[in-house]
Amino acid sequence: MERNRHLFWALFRSTFLISAFTFGGGYVIIPLMRKRFVEELGWISEQEMLDMIAIAQSSPGPIAVNASILIGYRLAGIAGAFCTILGTVLPPLAIITAVSVFYEAFRSSRIAGALMLGMQAGVAAVILDVVLNMAAGVVKLRKALPILVMLGAFAAVRFLQISAPGIILTCGAIGAAVAWRRQKLGGEQPE
Amino acid sequence: MSVYLELFLSFFQIGLFSIGGGYAALPLIEEQVVRLHGWLTMTEFADIITIAEMTPGPIAINSATFVGNRVAGPVGGIVSTIGCIVPSCIIVLALAYVYFKYRELRMVKGVLAMLRPAVVAMIASAGLSILILAFFGAEGSIGFSQINWVSIGLFSVCFAVLRIKKPNPIVVMAGAGAAGILLYGFLL
Repeated sequence: MERNRHLFWALFRSTFLISAFTFGGGYVIIPLMRKRFVEELGWISEQEMLDMIAIAQSSPGPIAVNASILIGYRLAGIAGAFCTILGTVLPPLAIITAVSVFYEAFRSSRIAGALMLGMQAGVAAVILDVVLNMAAGVVKLRKALPILVMLGAFAAVRFLQISAPGIILTCGAIGAAVAWRRQKLGGEQPE
Repeated sequence: MSVYLELFLSFFQIGLFSIGGGYAALPLIEEQVVRLHGWLTMTEFADIITIAEMTPGPIAINSATFVGNRVAGPVGGIVSTIGCIVPSCIIVLALAYVYFKYRELRMVKGVLAMLRPAVVAMIASAGLSILILAFFGAEGSIGFSQINWVSIGLFSVCFAVLRIKKPNPIVVMAGAGAAGILLYGFLL
């Protein structure tokens, strides 16, 4: 019991510290988790960590939360997953709760308005940069179907106002059908 | 329907359908929070994305906490955040079980191969909404007279710096914020 409590505390503390000081979501937080649990603590093997990252990226929801669930569950079962989820979620929960308390007062100041207006242009540039990198990844596959899906999905969400879940389910079904056909033909690995 | 239940269900859907992390949640948040429920205006939505970029934590969690707090106080923030992570808990553990048992995710990989391009398209659409807001203001009427040339200039500089020097996005946003204070606050 004493040992367990120690493990739970270590899990909570590690994920809490990583989450509290990591800006920029999943792709930044995953390497830090790997560093902590694989290199520093040696509790998870390199290969296992790679598998966990693959699952975290394949599952819905924030990648950081998904990865923390897997690490906690792997090391200490459901209770462990609870500790790591808490550690990952508490810092943003506390920070944003504080932000939202001051938001109204902050937003009505002239300087804050100017700051947010400037940052709006910045965030638009950041998102366009991310989108271009991701789209380049799709185009580089040099396959017609993913490119068609990308263009079709854009038209569907922008011009036909089809809901996001509808698009996700449709495209997921297309992917499943393609994978199923490949498997039936006994062909090559899907990419 | 109680507002807590509405928040929970909205963020449950956001958690359930945002696949691919980070920015994948943007289009879903826009749809649920701005268009369906009107909990935030487009400007507030852009604000929370900006705040999420500048603070630790996943965008989905940050916006869940923010929206919940704005709509129904701290309890609302907690309820929304829980709603956002419940789908993850169930699906991640189920997938992990299958994965460690069979070491085979061929079907999952096949589905993901088609989800990725769809997610890119949806993020592009949400990004376009923010771009339109930055260039034409909150009214949503796209007209030549409303064009905010300062914003277009700032955007162009940020974008060029991002493409050429590939810095941490936070640095670019901080720079854009400082330029915003200087330009809008003092010079114009």
